[in-house]
Amino acid sequence: MRNLIPILTALGALLLIWQLAVAPMNIRGALDIAERGGAQITPEGSVPRRDVSVWRLMAENSSYVARGYALDRPRLPTPAQVSLELWKTTGAMVMKGRAWSKRSLIYHGWVTLQSTLWGFLLGTSLGVLGAIAIVYSRTAQLSLMPWAIISQTIPIVALAPMIIVVSSQIGVEGRGLPKAIISAYLCYFPVLVGMVKGLRAPEPSQLDLLKTYDANGLQSFLKLRLPASLPFLFTSLKVGIAAALVGTIVGELPTGAISGLGARILIGDQFGTPLAIWSALFAAAFLAGMLVTLLDLVQRIALRQMGAQA
Amino acid sequence: MMALVLALVFWILAWACNIWLSASRWSDGWPVRLAVPLIFGITLLVLWEGLVRGLGVSPVILPPPSSVLQTFAASTETLWIDFVQTVVKGALRGFIIGMLAALVCAILIDRSVFLTRGLLPIGNFFAALPIIGVAPIMVNWFGFDWQSKAAVVVVMVFFPILVNTVEGLRASDALHRDLMRTYSASYWQTLTKLRLPAAAPFIFNGLKIATTLALIGAIVAEYFGSPTRGMGFRISTGVGSLSIDLVWAEIIVAAMVGTSVFGLMAWIERRVTFWHPSHRK
Repeated sequence: MRNLIPILTALGALLLIWQLAVAPMNIRGALDIAERGGAQITPEGSVPRRDVSVWRLMAENSSYVARGYALDRPRLPTPAQVSLELWKTTGAMVMKGRAWSKRSLIYHGWVTLQSTLWGFLLGTSLGVLGAIAIVYSRTAQLSLMPWAIISQTIPIVALAPMIIVVSSQIGVEGRGLPKAIISAYLCYFPVLVGMVKGLRAPEPSQLDLLKTYDANGLQSFLKLRLPASLPFLFTSLKVGIAAALVGTIVGELPTGAISGLGARILIGDQFGTPLAIWSALFAAAFLAGMLVTLLDLVQRIALRQMGAQA
Repeated sequence: MMALVLALVFWILAWACNIWLSASRWSDGWPVRLAVPLIFGITLLVLWEGLVRGLGVSPVILPPPSSVLQTFAASTETLWIDFVQTVVKGALRGFIIGMLAALVCAILIDRSVFLTRGLLPIGNFFAALPIIGVAPIMVNWFGFDWQSKAAVVVVMVFFPILVNTVEGLRASDALHRDLMRTYSASYWQTLTKLRLPAAAPFIFNGLKIATTLALIGAIVAEYFGSPTRGMGFRISTGVGSLSIDLVWAEIIVAAMVGTSVFGLMAWIERRVTFWHPSHRK
């Protein structure tokens, strides 16, 4: 809590910088529109203006600076414009009872969330299974671990367009599966690394103790290794879910997508509506924050149940 | 069918070989440590080749590795042009700018406890965001050429490096800092002789995360508009025109670049942080 005031101050400062940056970013657009409306601008014409710095433009046409804050298609929208657009595509849609309309960000966020969770589930299972194999089999450790590390240095999201085209040719309906594969690829690695560390966390003396109890392999796994690995697992799950969301959104970016937050960004780009891009970006940020906070909460509850000091 | 059977036989033999190698008494030596993953990788390629040939998978869906290699060898010129456009112009320049900006910002933030408390959580939050979504905005602001790709890379690598550096600058031992004070060391002396070296493992951690992000950013940003060259451009048009083997060739280039840059980073890290427990012999 003692961090609250510094965080709010920093956020306020960022908002202020954003608000101030709108003027120089939008001055050219504002002047073009004012000139088309018959106003006198110095220098005249948008082509000669290209060689003049934005600061001089703002100084010479100071009465039009304010127009940059109310453009329909701004280069940089104001914080107020973005929040209004976010409200119009979420809260206002709910009030009208159209929360699942194709224009509502709640609908698109839900599509993205679904793929993210499927990918997260797939990636987490792969990561946990891989970690178990690595901890228990030396062959698996020697052959899998180097490739797991190499796999993360390959920008697989570059494969996103191909995975989507190929899966549609094989006959997989919809984009859910390919998106989930991409997010699983991004999220399995932190889970794998965290779980290998976690499953190896028990000390040899503890393992020996279980041996003196005549515990078999499954028992020592369930009663010692697995509980000992939970703190590590939760930490990597938080990294993993953020990575899974990135994977889903990249999977939605290539041409042809129609639903999902990534597709909103793409459509906003194609139709030249920056407000749609910005509101989708903020919705994605909100989604990421929500998922990580949720996992953080689960982690605290689970660890407290196990008697750890939070 | 013959190819499929051969691949399966190879798989079983390689598997047995790996089990034997890792149980053998040389299993801690470097030849085995190198051979086992290599055999595993080669097995994957052989299985891929065998499955594609044996099951008659259309090369439009999944080309066999051999034809990808042929395409790779036949189009080195195109691949080189794309490499220069995406990696050298976009990713590398963006990475250097983003890295310097993040390091300078981290040192500035670190001077004030208030700023550290305020900006570190925000930076952590930003590092977890799908920042790649700013790609269309950057292309809109900076045009189609490499400048917009470098801008995306700057934004993507900035936060992981910033967060890790700030964490690292706090990592030096209070005892060591007191020692520097008894030497009456100035702020800059403490920074360069104690705190930056102590932060190096953290900084390299951030840099290693950022290398992959830089490649992803530069490639994905090209989906939103680029001159008619570049790895992302080739991938998105290659998928459209069904020249999948060229796409795979680009993936090989990306994999080689990603792995070697990561390896280079790890090598520099070992040189700089040789004193760290994880690198001691």
